[in-house]
Amino acid sequence: MSSWQELTPLWISLKTALTATGITFFLGIAAARWMFNYHGKYKTLLDGLFILPLVLPPTVLGFCLLLVFGKNGPIGTLLYEIGTSIIFSWPATVIAAAVVAFPLMYQAAHAAFEQVEPNLEDAARTLGASEWKVFWKITVPLAWPGIAAGTVLAFARSLGEFGATLMLAGNIPGKTQTIPIAIYFAVEAGQYKKAFGWVAIVIVMSLGMLYLLNLWKTRKQNLTGTST
Amino acid sequence: MGILIDIKKSLPGFKLQIKLSNEQDIIGVLGASGAGKSMLLKCIAGLVKPDEGKIILNKRTLFDSAQKINLPPQERQVGFLFQNYALFPHLTIAENIAFGLSKLSKTEINQRVAELMQRFRLVDSGDMAKRFPRQISGGQQQRVALARAMAAEPEILLLDEPFSALDDNLRTHMTKEMLAYLKDFSGSTLFVTHNIEEAYRVCNQIAVINAGNLEAFGPKRELFQTPGSLAAAKITGCKNIAAAIRKSAYLLEIPAWGIKLKTNMQVAEKKGFVGIRANHIKLADGLADDIVPENCCSAWIADESEAPFRSTFFLKIGSEPAALDDFHLQWEINGDQRNMIRNLPQPIKIHMPPTQVFFVKE
Repeated sequence: MSSWQELTPLWISLKTALTATGITFFLGIAAARWMFNYHGKYKTLLDGLFILPLVLPPTVLGFCLLLVFGKNGPIGTLLYEIGTSIIFSWPATVIAAAVVAFPLMYQAAHAAFEQVEPNLEDAARTLGASEWKVFWKITVPLAWPGIAAGTVLAFARSLGEFGATLMLAGNIPGKTQTIPIAIYFAVEAGQYKKAFGWVAIVIVMSLGMLYLLNLWKTRKQNLTGTST
Repeated sequence: MGILIDIKKSLPGFKLQIKLSNEQDIIGVLGASGAGKSMLLKCIAGLVKPDEGKIILNKRTLFDSAQKINLPPQERQVGFLFQNYALFPHLTIAENIAFGLSKLSKTEINQRVAELMQRFRLVDSGDMAKRFPRQISGGQQQRVALARAMAAEPEILLLDEPFSALDDNLRTHMTKEMLAYLKDFSGSTLFVTHNIEEAYRVCNQIAVINAGNLEAFGPKRELFQTPGSLAAAKITGCKNIAAAIRKSAYLLEIPAWGIKLKTNMQVAEKKGFVGIRANHIKLADGLADDIVPENCCSAWIADESEAPFRSTFFLKIGSEPAALDDFHLQWEINGDQRNMIRNLPQPIKIHMPPTQVFFVKE
């Protein structure tokens, strides 16, 4: 195998983690915002559902995803009609990563919104700001440290996803073999040097990302003058 | 023109029920903490929805439960000054003040902001506009909050305990300044506070709220002279209140104090309460022999509370006090009178002018 091919798990992992984090960023914030304003009787139930992927074992999640996206699942059959399938394809890695990362983003965003002083949002309203303006100009900027923290966690979790990814996307080198999967199968095959290489790369990458994002978070924190 | 409020709202513990109307004035809203004062402001601003009733501002209906009208706060044109100012910490002073001005052009906005900063004395060191709220003093923060509220040209100003966060010195200064700004303002102002003195200094009309009910509402001098209810008397700071029995239209008997008092108010009810403010009691000693004031009695000093510029004597009428807390009346006097009174032989003679003795029904 050429060295270029040897590095595919890196590109796949990066692509997957970045895409999944991007999706959960918007979905997590949207869900948190919606739940923040929703006070109906299903609030606790919905909140529980959003957090569920956090507490379920990844293989359980993988199984559930297979049920939905598999040949006989609701979305699976739809896709089959158009002639495609999610299972054992790259998008499956993104779905698995996004599902496990979602609760982290959602929780962080929700907590961040809660700690924004309600008086500030009320003041903005009395000054004529639409709910949209209140959200984007007041709530989000002030909730930013918490949201940034959530993004970091979501990225780290996406990068490290193994169980659900293996079940939904499988271990297809060059297509769905992310770094964690590559490590597992390298160890299985006794290729310890290879495994060690990937482990080192992951650690360095994670530390690097954490450092950069924490820098960003502190900078924003200084601007808002808030201390969480 | 003016404001008309007639709302009801059930809250944990009590029911808010306020009905008042006023034309362009500075109205003080007095009451104990938790009495519903802030809730009233939030209802007017549209931040909280009353259960029923209506709120009409300058002939515009802001809220009407019968007609299912409930304008969102964005459309009500209310200026709200929060207790902790609620300045946006991530925006500069200029951006804070300009927040409600988004409908104008950039040059117009800059002009307005400069005007307002001038008017509210925020232009001392040139770079004020670029500073952040945490970089300026408490007094300046308050002026920024006021400038921001005024920028949007509101039709009514709602001030929620604006001075509670300031120290004593600053408070007196800001009260005076605030009065100047408010006099300039063409709409009504509702000024919520639990500080009686502030309310009296800044406002012309005073509304007294107790456990969600409007106990009294009227011009401040009249209200303090004749509070109208027991709760209003207490909330407006009357320290000497006791149960009273009507002896005749202008004469009351007060069993707890063991005396009868003449009052200038005509009393119709058989029973009620009598009140006299602590600073209205007068010394009857040292007057010429032919002057015999009304409502005269002998009193012993049970205790004293000395403050820097004033003192409070705790008096017992008719007999010697058995302990420090065995007293009937609180008497407030100036610091310089204190020594003179202390040196008088006890019992001293005091009198309570009938003009200052008021009666409230149960």
